[in-house]
Parts: sequence; structure tokens; C-alpha cells
Amino acid sequence: MLKLRKVKEKIAEGILFSSSTITSITVILIIVFLFREGIGLFSEKPIDKNFVIAVNKSNPLNNLSSKQIKDIFNQDVTNWNKVGGIDDSIIVFTINSISLFLNENELGENFEYLPDKIDSLLDANPGMIAFISSKYKAAKFKGKEIPVDKITVAEFISGKEWYPTTEPVASLGILPLILGTLWVSIGAILIAVPFGLATAIFMAEVASPRLRNILKPIIELLASIPSVVYGFFGLVVLVPLIQQLFKLDVGETALAGSIILGIMALPTIISVSEDAMQTTPRSLKEASLALGANKWQTIRRVIIPYSKSGITAGVILGIGRAVGETMAVLMVTGNAGVIPHTFLQPVRTIPATIAAELGEAPFGGLHYKALFALAIVLFIITFAINLTVEFIKKRKPKNA
Amino acid sequence: MNKAEAIDVNLYYKDFQALKNINFSAEPNSVTALIGPSGCGKSTFLRLFNRMNDLIEGVRIEGQVLLDGENVHQKNIQVDALRKKVGMVFQKPNPFPKSIFENVAYGLRVDGIKDKHLIEERVIKSLKQSALWDEVKDKLKKSALELSGGQQQRLCIARALAIEPSLILMDEPASALDPISTAKIEELIYELKKEYTIIIVTHNMQQAGRVSDNTAFFYMGELIEYDTTKKIFTNPENFRTQNYVTGRFG
Repeated sequence: MLKLRKVKEKIAEGILFSSSTITSITVILIIVFLFREGIGLFSEKPIDKNFVIAVNKSNPLNNLSSKQIKDIFNQDVTNWNKVGGIDDSIIVFTINSISLFLNENELGENFEYLPDKIDSLLDANPGMIAFISSKYKAAKFKGKEIPVDKITVAEFISGKEWYPTTEPVASLGILPLILGTLWVSIGAILIAVPFGLATAIFMAEVASPRLRNILKPIIELLASIPSVVYGFFGLVVLVPLIQQLFKLDVGETALAGSIILGIMALPTIISVSEDAMQTTPRSLKEASLALGANKWQTIRRVIIPYSKSGITAGVILGIGRAVGETMAVLMVTGNAGVIPHTFLQPVRTIPATIAAELGEAPFGGLHYKALFALAIVLFIITFAINLTVEFIKKRKPKNA
Repeated sequence: MNKAEAIDVNLYYKDFQALKNINFSAEPNSVTALIGPSGCGKSTFLRLFNRMNDLIEGVRIEGQVLLDGENVHQKNIQVDALRKKVGMVFQKPNPFPKSIFENVAYGLRVDGIKDKHLIEERVIKSLKQSALWDEVKDKLKKSALELSGGQQQRLCIARALAIEPSLILMDEPASALDPISTAKIEELIYELKKEYTIIIVTHNMQQAGRVSDNTAFFYMGELIEYDTTKKIFTNPENFRTQNYVTGRFG
């Protein structure tokens, strides 16, 4: 009998151990996967692997930055001397503009003459720059290939444009997305913290126990509403309201995102800070009241300072939820990848970008890797937030 | 006129009657000890004078509780103003998690006093009165929680003195302290009665005997006997009092 029990205990122990091991390994694997997919971006060039950029071999330039290439192909720069070359106008050649230079008959039935034609075209025009598929590059290529710089972390973080699919060179600057995330989150904090704290104080110190028993489940219910429902509500109610109120062309703005996220962060902020306030020892409240302090003075001078760390933890946890929230934000912020200047502009957040674009990004491609790198940035932000919470929680005041 | 008086006081906690028809008065500049077994209502009675029973739901009070001749339970009285006239020291030292200085200054700050000199003066005076000044004068900015239990309790007394109350209520102020700290508190009580009227709840018979001038014995919500401490301890009228003070039950 005794042996059987021991075997049972061993088995139970084994199950517990393996569950926790599996959980930990899964978490680690996910993080490893995230980094493996994302870090690869920085060994990539912002140009499709199968394409090259080439110039006439007489062109003295040997390299161009991604930005210069973009400017040239957007025809913002039309003379070589603007990018450090000789004074000659730039002729842009891409496969889409082929009809300007060559007619269909010259190319052969299966475009079999295309490589040679492009080659001689490039050779004949000293001012030409070409963006061509490697398979149309002639065997004895007479032009000069321009190498494209790899994507750097600094460019990625500080780049102001996010056009991950443009040709020839993709713009992978996530600054607008980071700022969009920050704007929406900060707005959410500004909305959620005052309301959340007021409600928490009311529930912890002012409301009668009966009212508190009614309020608490309602607030917890708020946390269990699926985020898509918040998004739907935002889209149908909030967005038109903002549009009318501020007389905007579109109501999908950072403000709408902030309000929705603020509402979503409320339950966390309220319940965590209310719990913190509840832990204020009765003896401290009594001491304060006995010294002639009224209820409000007691709340301000004793209860809030005592539960400061708990309140802060609640607020930051709420923010953590707001920063990572995807669906609701995707639905109401308009998703324009531009750097926002007011709350009444559409913005695009990091999670919304990933959710919206991952489906369209070819597996393993540049865009795909860029989205994973974006996910790493998001992970770092939320991880930092969680670390902060842990740090603040440890700083609890000693019990009196 | 008597500092603190109770006339025909009944107190009900929901259906339970915790105090039964109490008549009591404390003389100015004296120490009155309230003794009796646990649950006899002595702490509840003490808390009548600064209306701390208001914090408990379902409490109903009949009769009059007078402080300097004024009924503290009448409708138009401001409770926070009343509490500024009554200092209270609790069973367990309960300093705020603030600096030593801020603990003592607390009552003044919530009273809206902004004058820094006045606050400093009062803090120093109170710390001296509570015999703590010499021990803390170099670390007023330090957290009060760094003090020992006995020091914390004297700090709580200083905090109560800073609002210059006319009556001081002490609810077993030494029950959580070691004998040396207890002796210091008792000495302090003896000093303080020169200026203040003190009512003290205690479980400790010897303590009641040492510090008080008068003693009231409570039993099952009734005030059984109230007389000079000497009489209560040497020649009580009531057999229950006799049994209690001689330690036959408790």
C-alpha cells in the first residue's frame, strides 16, 4: 500500500514537473522564434532579392543610399549631380516603363531578347539607372550594379516612412508606428488614470459595502468583454461621434483609439488600485480620523500614499494592456502610417500593423521579417513595462 | 465642571446592547482607568468621547456624552472638530509611514495650519512632552517606522498632544510593549496629567493601580463600580470588582 502511494506521488510530481517544463520551454521557444525571424531583417537589403539596380558603367557613382535610390525612382531627384554624380539628367528605367524605350516586337515572342536589349539600352544611355529582375540581366552585363546598403537598426527605428512593399526600395521606418502606439497609449492613460483612480477610491473608501458589491462585478465584467466588441462599439458609436464633434473628414483617429483603450484599461487599473487601497491598515485610518482629519484628508494623506506602489502597478499594468492591444485599435484608429501631430489624426500602432499586414506578407520575405522585427520592438516595450511593475511591487511600504 | 461625562448612556450594536445605562464623569487633570474583562465594553465606552464608534456600522447610541459640557452626539456637531479636541492613543503603535516630524505635524496639517514656525514649535514641544525628543532630535526626517515599538508609541502620544487636546484617550497603550517601554509610558502618563485629563483602558491591574487616580470597573456592558483607585483596589464595594481586581477571573 505504502509503495503504491509513493508511486502515485512520484507520478503526480512528474506531471507537475513536466507541465511546468513544457510551459517554460514553449514561452522560450516563442521568444526565440520571434527573435530568429525578426533579427534576420538586419542582414537583408531593402530590395527584393531577385532584383538589381544598375547604371551605365561610365557613371562615376559606385553606391547610393536607400534614400537616394528612393528619391531617384520617385523622380524627386532628376539630375546625377544632386546625388554626388556628374551634371547629367537621370533616366529611370523599370520594367513597367519598358514601353517608353522598346516596342514589343523587339523583345521576341517570349521576351528572349529582353536581357540583351536592356543591356544595350543601359549601355547607350550614360544617364540611365535601371531596376531590373536578375533574370533579365544579360550574361555579359555591360552595366554597373549599384549595391544597396543593408537595413540598419537605427534606420529601422528612426525611419519616418513605413511603405514595406514599395519598389525598388522598401521604406521600413517604424518611427510613425512607435509614435502612433505611444500617442494612443498616452491618450489612454490620460483618460483611464483619472477615471480609474476616482472609481477605485470611491469603491474602496466611499461607497457603502452594498454598492461596492454591485459595482465590483460590473467592473470585472468590463474586463471580460472581447476586444473586438470594444472595437465594434468604437467604430459604430465613437468614431462618428468624434467626426461630428470635431468636424473632421474621418472619425478614425488617435483619440478614438485612446478612448477605447482607456475603457479597456479601466478594469485593471480599478481592481488593482482598489485592492491596494483596501490593504491600508485600519489602524492608520483610525489614527488619521482621531487626529481630526476628515475622510478626504485621510484618503489623500494616508490611504493614497500608503497604496502608492499598488496604484502605480495597476496603472502600469493597464498601460501594458493598452500598448499590446490590437483588434480594437485596428478598428478605430484609421491606420495611417504617418507621424501624428494631434489626437485628431489617424494613426497606426505596432500591433495593428502586424495584424493587418502579416497576412499579405510573403513568408520569409522582407516584409515578413520587418513585421517580426516590429514584433520584437513591441515585445521589448511590453517587457520593460512588466519589469517596471515587478520593480514597483517590490517597493511596498513596510507595515506599520 | 467635569471634562468628560456620560449620562444614562446605552449603546447598541445592532441587536446587542454593548453598554447599559452608564453614568460616569472624569475629573479634570486626573487619570481615570477603565478596567474589566475582555468584551465588557470599556473600549467601546472610551471611543464614545471622540465618536470613533461612528466608524462601525449599525451602532446606536442613547443618552448624553458630554465633553466640556457639550453633548458630542448632538446633530449639529462637527465630528472632525470634536476629534481635534480629543487625543487618542491606540493599543498598537500606529505611526504613519512618514517621517517622525510629519507624524507629529499631521494633526496640524489637516487642521489647515500652514505656519512653518508654529508647526515646528508644536512638534518640538510635543516630542519633549512625550519624552521622545532626546532620542529623535537628530533624525526627525527619518521614517517613524525605524523607531522601536516603545518609541513609536511615544511618538503616537506626541502626535496626539500636538493638536493640543483637552482630553486624552488611551486604549491599552502599553499592551504591545515590553516592560521597560511600558514603564516609560506610565511615567509619561503621570507627567501628562498635570496638563491633561486622561482616560485609559487597561487590562493590567498593576498598571491601573500605578497610574490612575480613579478607576471604573466594567462588566458585561455595565459600569459596576467607579471610585478612587485606592478604594477599588483595597476595599471595593462590589464582590465582582473584588473578584476581578484580586485576579479571581479576568
